[in-house]
Amino acid sequence: MFPPGALVRVRNDWPETRGPVHIRTPHYLRGMPGRVVRLLGAYPNPEDLAFARPAATRALYHVAFDQPAVWQEGQGGDELLVELYEHWLEPVQ
Amino acid sequence: MNVLETDGEKLLVAVRDLLAAKGLVSSAEIAERIAITDAANPGRGARMVAKAWTDPSYRALMLSDGTRAAEALGIPMRGVAPLGVLENTDEVHNLVVCTLCSCYPRAVLGYPPFWFKSAAYRARAVRDPRGTIAEWGTVLPEGTKIRVVDSTADYRWMVIPRRPAGTDGWTEEQLAAIVREGDMIGVTVPVAGS
Repeated sequence: MFPPGALVRVRNDWPETRGPVHIRTPHYLRGMPGRVVRLLGAYPNPEDLAFARPAATRALYHVAFDQPAVWQEGQGGDELLVELYEHWLEPVQ
Repeated sequence: MNVLETDGEKLLVAVRDLLAAKGLVSSAEIAERIAITDAANPGRGARMVAKAWTDPSYRALMLSDGTRAAEALGIPMRGVAPLGVLENTDEVHNLVVCTLCSCYPRAVLGYPPFWFKSAAYRARAVRDPRGTIAEWGTVLPEGTKIRVVDSTADYRWMVIPRRPAGTDGWTEEQLAAIVREGDMIGVTVPVAGS
């Protein structure tokens, strides 16, 4: 579990290159550092739901990202706020 | 024949009849869902915003639990994804997009506008949010940061815009009348007398 304020990194993983998948993690955030804002709840993993497989419940977080750092353009201070499941987040030391 | 090349109306009828034949969904249930979806419109979200502007305890409820806040105004939320609410302030302006598909808080805003589902809006809102809202003539005051909310998973998000100047003493009905769907997505901001 990540507390609010925890520094995390989105896993730099591309399961769509290995076969058919349904993932709710946008490609532009893979490998990007972010900051947990808060826990939103826990929901059945959509990656399994989409294929009618038994879906374990996963914690869902609101995670903030520095918007110009993601795109190498934009205005300092602007941010992205995105819902991400815990299994896509790695702790950053 | 490839399913992607199938006539959409024929495909819809075939799937609907299959669901009914297998006893998974009745035509009455389908009709009920269509009626619920058709009944939703941005006026519902506008009523919530107007109440939040005039009632601090309702504003607090809306920010902590949007679903309960909608239900408190009689808006049906059964079977609907949880509603999250973000508030615009002097410091931050929220802009909602769904880059992956077209997630939208239909229960409180109705059907999404056509551009919300377009590849252009979905691609540009996260990369160039200030340029995107400028297409609507929206320019944020100096010092206000923008927060792009990419609606990627189980929640649906709406924005409480800032209450515009010149609305002191207005009733909830008057306030609700100036709140448009774009104000609750974040591409525009409400103005008194719009």
